Amino acid sequence: MIGSLFAQAAVTSATADNGIVHVVGPSIDWVALLPLLILLVGALLTLTFSSFLKGHAPKGLFTWTTVAIAIGAAISAVPMWARVQGWNSLLWWNLDHAQTGPFSTAGGAVGIDGFSLFITVVLCVGVVLAALLADDFLRRESMSGPEFYVLLLLSAVGGVIMAMSNDLIVLFIGLETLSIAVYVLAGMNLRRVQSQESGLKYFVLGAFSSAFLLYGIAMLYGATGSTNFVDIREFMATVVPIHNGLLLLGLVLVLVGLAFKISAVPFHAWSPDVYDGAPTPATAWMAAGVKAAAVAGLVRVFMLTFSNYASTWKPIMYVLAILSMVLGAALAIVQSNVKRMLAYSSISHAGFILMAIQANSGNGITASAFYVAVYTFMVAGSFGVAAIVGRKGDGNHELSDYQGLVRSNPWLAGSFILLLLAQAGVPFTAGFFAKFLAITAAADAHAVPLALVAMVSAVISAFLYLRIIVAMFMSGGDDGVEDVPRANRLRVPMAAGLAIGICVVVSVVYGLFPDLLLHNARAATPAAVQFERPATGSTTAGG
Amino acid sequence: MTASILSSVFASEGAASFPILPALIFVPLIGAILIALMPQSRPELSRQMAIITGLLTGVLSIALLVEFKTGDAGFQFVVQQTWVQSLDIKFFLGVDGISLFLVVLTGILFPIALFAAKPEHSPKGYYAWLTLLMAGCMGAFLSLDLFLFFLMFEVTLVPLYMLIGKWGHGRRVYAATKFFLYTMLGSAFMLVSIVTLAVVAGAGDNGGVSFDFTKIIASDSLATSTGRWLFLGMAIAFAVKVPSFPFHTWLPDAHTEAPTAGSIDLAGILLKLGTYGFLRYGLELFPEATVWFAPVMLTLATIGVVYGGIVAAMQRNLKRLIAYSSVSHMGFALMGLFALNVEGIEGSVLQMINHGISTGALFILLGFLYTRRHTYEISQLKGIGKVAPVFAGIFTLVMLSSIGVPGLNGFVGEFLILLGTFMAHRWWAVVAATGVIIAALYLLWAYQRVFQGEPDEANKSFPDLNISEKLVLVPLIALIIFLGIYPKPVLDRIEPSVKRVVTRLEMKVDGFQEPITRNGADLLRVTESSHTMNGEHGLGIAANGPEANK
Repeated sequence: MIGSLFAQAAVTSATADNGIVHVVGPSIDWVALLPLLILLVGALLTLTFSSFLKGHAPKGLFTWTTVAIAIGAAISAVPMWARVQGWNSLLWWNLDHAQTGPFSTAGGAVGIDGFSLFITVVLCVGVVLAALLADDFLRRESMSGPEFYVLLLLSAVGGVIMAMSNDLIVLFIGLETLSIAVYVLAGMNLRRVQSQESGLKYFVLGAFSSAFLLYGIAMLYGATGSTNFVDIREFMATVVPIHNGLLLLGLVLVLVGLAFKISAVPFHAWSPDVYDGAPTPATAWMAAGVKAAAVAGLVRVFMLTFSNYASTWKPIMYVLAILSMVLGAALAIVQSNVKRMLAYSSISHAGFILMAIQANSGNGITASAFYVAVYTFMVAGSFGVAAIVGRKGDGNHELSDYQGLVRSNPWLAGSFILLLLAQAGVPFTAGFFAKFLAITAAADAHAVPLALVAMVSAVISAFLYLRIIVAMFMSGGDDGVEDVPRANRLRVPMAAGLAIGICVVVSVVYGLFPDLLLHNARAATPAAVQFERPATGSTTAGG
Repeated sequence: MTASILSSVFASEGAASFPILPALIFVPLIGAILIALMPQSRPELSRQMAIITGLLTGVLSIALLVEFKTGDAGFQFVVQQTWVQSLDIKFFLGVDGISLFLVVLTGILFPIALFAAKPEHSPKGYYAWLTLLMAGCMGAFLSLDLFLFFLMFEVTLVPLYMLIGKWGHGRRVYAATKFFLYTMLGSAFMLVSIVTLAVVAGAGDNGGVSFDFTKIIASDSLATSTGRWLFLGMAIAFAVKVPSFPFHTWLPDAHTEAPTAGSIDLAGILLKLGTYGFLRYGLELFPEATVWFAPVMLTLATIGVVYGGIVAAMQRNLKRLIAYSSVSHMGFALMGLFALNVEGIEGSVLQMINHGISTGALFILLGFLYTRRHTYEISQLKGIGKVAPVFAGIFTLVMLSSIGVPGLNGFVGEFLILLGTFMAHRWWAVVAATGVIIAALYLLWAYQRVFQGEPDEANKSFPDLNISEKLVLVPLIALIIFLGIYPKPVLDRIEPSVKRVVTRLEMKVDGFQEPITRNGADLLRVTESSHTMNGEHGLGIAANGPEANK
């Protein structure tokens, strides 16, 4: 698609004199791509400048530059958000947009709309949290250096590309950029054999899933004649394919590729091992960022592009959602390792998001956006606590390692309890509203049985969270000796403490005042907007 | 009818100058936060703070009782504040005759529970959770927004879970987890029902989603089958909370292992959330489904009454015995509701209050027993009446009130319930009446084993109640006697709201007539004139019959 566009542009400009062919590329709205560019350039500059420091970087330098880069990227998305929402002013800044509303740029490859910007900001937040968690962790595990942060930023670039993608190929590029960086992140802890195993496992299985995705994209191209979302959407609106085998196969393969990334059952088998083995801050990023990006991909492909083909893919998602919610919750219970528990519970969360997506409605998009945003904080905070309790070697993740944490570290344990309760969906936490919106979307789409299954599986996962709380709070047993701290007081590093604090505060504030976030989640609608070709030639745009 | 509800809502809005209902929720909430911020090193501060908070809330609830306009069927002291604009979720509070006394009960029982028992360790957390529990209970009784109600209903789980799990005895973690999951599973069905109702009823602006109780009541656009399914979803949650047979198995465990204050609040207040929920969010929201399900609910309630009583008689642990007696007593409350007439429902509301007072007092007494003997096993206790006559005397009085002896509070509610049920479904009432006899059996038998006979070595040095323990029990004893002799002030306030519910049932359901359309005041006249019906037991009510008619 992009290629043909370039070719077309070339043909229209080939009439220039002297036989010199002037190629007019598609106009690119650089400002709109600013979040992406800041992350990318930031990553490359960090890598470049770190080589001048020859390993004498001041403590925490890379953490805070990464945080600054991510915050900068998030802030740069705000003017675009204002443009997409058609605001006239932003704080004291009077906006005078030439155009308002969602738009497409870079030759129709990228779509800037409420949803892509929302997910972009969520990804930036994920980077901030992961970087803060990594700060002391990397020093503790003697892994300090810029690599972790650079890979983190690069994978965020991939995620943002996915969120903004308006074309199946772009989606794939984003996914690969994201994944390859995360494969390395997972296997980064060279001193821990589980980390290496985790990196390799994730890479092999991830490569498989990418192949599925690519194969599916090829099929969809064959079936619809385009890889551009808008074109496919128009095609689907006007053409009713009689022999739709190719289309269905393509859709299913794309679904497999993306479901792998959000670790929906039955494509989940990798996630407990990988989450367990990977360095814990990397796990936090995997659970938060990778999932958010993959959800963005699912929304863009299925809810945006193939929304009028919903009767075909909805039942599949319905089943995936049920399997993920129930099995994720049920398998989590039998674990004794907290990181694995959280891994399984994140599978269950993926099921809730799938439930929102299968509603295929505005409510569904709102719910999935809200869920992803809230989930980022809850899960990053939870893994953050696990990173601290893991102690040196990142290996103390058994339930027994949490015993008596309330006594030794009351604030850390209290934060963890709150985050776990939020994940369980206890009222007045953000997690409750996330679940509530998801089941509202399902009920609205006449999927009441699905909503019921969701709530029952929420109860099953509540048992899991209670198990962890019991371990910390009640010494894990009936009539045991009261509150004997198993270990000495853990030192909570400042940066990680800040990250966990942010997560707790956000989980509570959005639980008390959900309108703050809901307002934005509602505005985060994806839009299919045709790229306005530059008026260079007289030829009409072909699709 | 709905119009009159709405008008009364708006009429009384201007009247309340002091926002008393939000204060009832926020005073304990702020108290809980303050306690959480107190230094760990000074436990006495947290206790003082909890007591101040509890007493202040209690005083507020009494003030609410005084300010309440008798005879008004609608919601009073209404407060509305938009919370989530797009889903029409509001911070919407109001009180009517049905919720009024449950709020007052909460306001009285919580401070008493604070005085009655001290935690064995970590007092700060204990008082913080207990105060938070109070805020949650108040919120649940006062909410008029389905969503807010659900939040409050759910939020009570966490404090009680912590109280049982951390400050309980024996298999406390098992009991706490069972309680949490059981109730949460029930609530899961309720949440789906609430959400579906809000979507289907479309009572919001332009047919949008709304969780506003009064708007949904006014909209009534439910298909019959939808209504029944939604009622079923709500019913599961409430049946678990009540707890109705066969969803009662969590209660004995939770009660047995809970600390004294946890037991008092659980039995006294939290169980009422179930029956209150049935009345407010079952009978009022789904009239058709209520009538359709009534036989099933009556049957379950009757089984609960008899079965709970029989199992209670078999118990060797005093606390377990009282827990099963709660199953039996709450079965009565449930039965009264689904008699679907004024007598039954009035009796049911009264039974909720009475059960809260009597069982609360019983658990306080058991708490005193436990601090002295560190056991609840009946076999370990003997001849306590000899060494502790005051304790035994008060226990006897409370026990008799729980049995339902005329002249004490328990009788009035159970009598009205049985009367109402008898008018509607005679045979259920006949079977359930045996529950009263069984109650006498298990309580008197337990009393005989624990208090009579010669005290053995272990029980010889059982100290009698001290002055502060007596003082704690005074308000409850006063209420037991007062409500037994003169329940009129309570009934007068309950009745208009109950009539509102019954009238709505008659209006909304084709072919449904309240089994006997006499109102409560007529009923009192009947009982006065026809002693054949209730024999000597009629005295308790007949005594104030004439006043009720004025």
